[in-house]
Amino acid sequence: MSRIATAFAEHKPLLVAYLCVGDPSVEASFDIARALLDAGADMLELGAPFSDPTADGPVIARASQRAIERGSSMRAAIEVGARIRKSSNAPLVLFGYANPIVVRGERETVKRVADAGIDAMLVVDLPPEEGQDLRDEARVRSVDIIPLLTPTSSESRIAAAKKVASGFVYYVSVAGVTGATTTDPFDDAARAAARMRAAIGLPVVIGFGIDSADKAKRAAAGADGVVVGTAIVRAIEEAGGDVSRACANAANVVRGIRAGLRAG
Amino acid sequence: MSAAREGWFGAFGGRFVAETLVPALEELDRAYREVVSQKAFQDEWRAMLASYVGRPTPLGRAHRLQVPGIGTLLLKREDLCHTGAHKINNALGQVLLAKRMGKQRIIAETGAGQHGVATATACAVLGLPCEVFMGELDVARQAPNVARMKMLGARVIPVTSGSRTLKDAMNEAMRDWVTHVATTYYCVGSAAGPHPYPSLVRDLQRVIGEEARAQSLAELGRLPDAVVACVGGGSNAIGIFAAFLDDKDVALFGVEAAGHGVDTDKHAATLTRGRVGVLHGSKSYVLCDDDGQIIEPHSISAGLDYPGVGPQHAELHASGRARYLSATDDEALAAVREVARKEGILIALETAHAFAALPEVAKTLGGADRTVIVNVSGRGDKDLSTLLDRLELP
Repeated sequence: MSRIATAFAEHKPLLVAYLCVGDPSVEASFDIARALLDAGADMLELGAPFSDPTADGPVIARASQRAIERGSSMRAAIEVGARIRKSSNAPLVLFGYANPIVVRGERETVKRVADAGIDAMLVVDLPPEEGQDLRDEARVRSVDIIPLLTPTSSESRIAAAKKVASGFVYYVSVAGVTGATTTDPFDDAARAAARMRAAIGLPVVIGFGIDSADKAKRAAAGADGVVVGTAIVRAIEEAGGDVSRACANAANVVRGIRAGLRAG
Repeated sequence: MSAAREGWFGAFGGRFVAETLVPALEELDRAYREVVSQKAFQDEWRAMLASYVGRPTPLGRAHRLQVPGIGTLLLKREDLCHTGAHKINNALGQVLLAKRMGKQRIIAETGAGQHGVATATACAVLGLPCEVFMGELDVARQAPNVARMKMLGARVIPVTSGSRTLKDAMNEAMRDWVTHVATTYYCVGSAAGPHPYPSLVRDLQRVIGEEARAQSLAELGRLPDAVVACVGGGSNAIGIFAAFLDDKDVALFGVEAAGHGVDTDKHAATLTRGRVGVLHGSKSYVLCDDDGQIIEPHSISAGLDYPGVGPQHAELHASGRARYLSATDDEALAAVREVARKEGILIALETAHAFAALPEVAKTLGGADRTVIVNVSGRGDKDLSTLLDRLELP
């Protein structure tokens, strides 16, 4: 059984923590990743910063810009993944945009991901119809390519995702960018996630806008896990470059969410 | 080459967007296929092009401007369109389409402000609210167009992220669209972006090429030897090229912005110096580093200051059907002055790149008496502050 399948079998609901690799530095991201796991994260999304993150809200966009200025990239995110893998069995997902992959080469990128011990890739701007080379190589190397579904997804989109899905499915709670909190869609999202799990037959996690124990708990009512991203990235930003504070802040966010999930 | 996939131009194009936008693009694609070709839509759009935009625009001979090797230089006068550039052809078409789709709000991105003004104009006359995203740097260097958009009732939203130019305006427009996707129509200004935008925008700008081709036949009794147009995202170029693609004896030249020079790190010559990548929803050439981070481009012309290019241009470049040259900031400035003084036309800085490349076009064509059409994509009033800053006037 893959690390991802094992994690979903063992942890219900699963807590997925996102970090933007390179903010405040690539070295610090390794420490923060360890802190997130120690605080109770079951899976990590390693965000590869991209210069033009059109699916991200201002918090992750700012972090991406800082990370790039510190020399981070998809390459750095893969290297951090390889380092974490040496001391942890937690599933790792590389999270990023298509351009760095296309420029490096789709097959070459998947090879590096697999060699690093990273379990899956989530490419925000790569819907199921695109990235055939990436998907072919990923299948050969047992790297899961995680599809996204959203409140705008019709039956035909769910079918399109099912065709290429392995590992799990990421359900985006709102039509919007990461960190959107002006609406509270989590009860709806929980119902949608349950429906998509039934249709696709894979675990479903809910992400976008989950920044409190209560939201996590309600989302998790219908899903196999929740993703916490912007809240962690913001906590790191608030540490103002102080790495030990960044680790402590990020760990606090995870512990807060974890408590909400246990209280179920 | 394998059978054409829908939305692809050879190895370029596609739909590289967040999943949230896929249904909206499918809806737009259906509307594009079912509405745009229909007689009712075509009649309404073309009637407005005639009575409101002032089409057909003239194809006139240059009077005093001379380029060695070019015997007949013909100017396709898109600068005479209402609002001062070709952008209105596309904006009117898309806003008409948005109305038929039942959308309640229009958003757009703009660089030089020409597409912003065109969209604000179309929204004013067709009665829809309009919000335009514009990089903070462009807001400053294109102040007259910002004022025009505001006069037309549009809201101009300065974008402060990244390089604060066209690419960042497009990022922000995509973020807005993904957030308000049910009610909002995104009016893309260039022949770039995810499918179906490159095809939709081309089809709405193709009117330039259709007219120019017919006018050339009527005026000269034959087709030109070459057609020349500036290329940022590439909408005026693809619009005029589209009608000549099957005329194999008509050479097509696109001219990119070389900024300080294509061998420096300050240019926007995407096809000349870029690599294959993905930006703003399609696979094409992009300016980026080894890690895939987009490089902030540079051009004196805000409308060409873009690190991507429409996917059909990428295909025309790869296949060799069109050739892509470049012109520097200084060459463009010199061309603005020369065309103003010899033709009495103040052309846009974008358009000036096409004029600046004419000597190289003539050299490439060979011979002494060639016939060349230049697409005069827009007028230069918007650039006056830049021109006064950079050119020493008596």
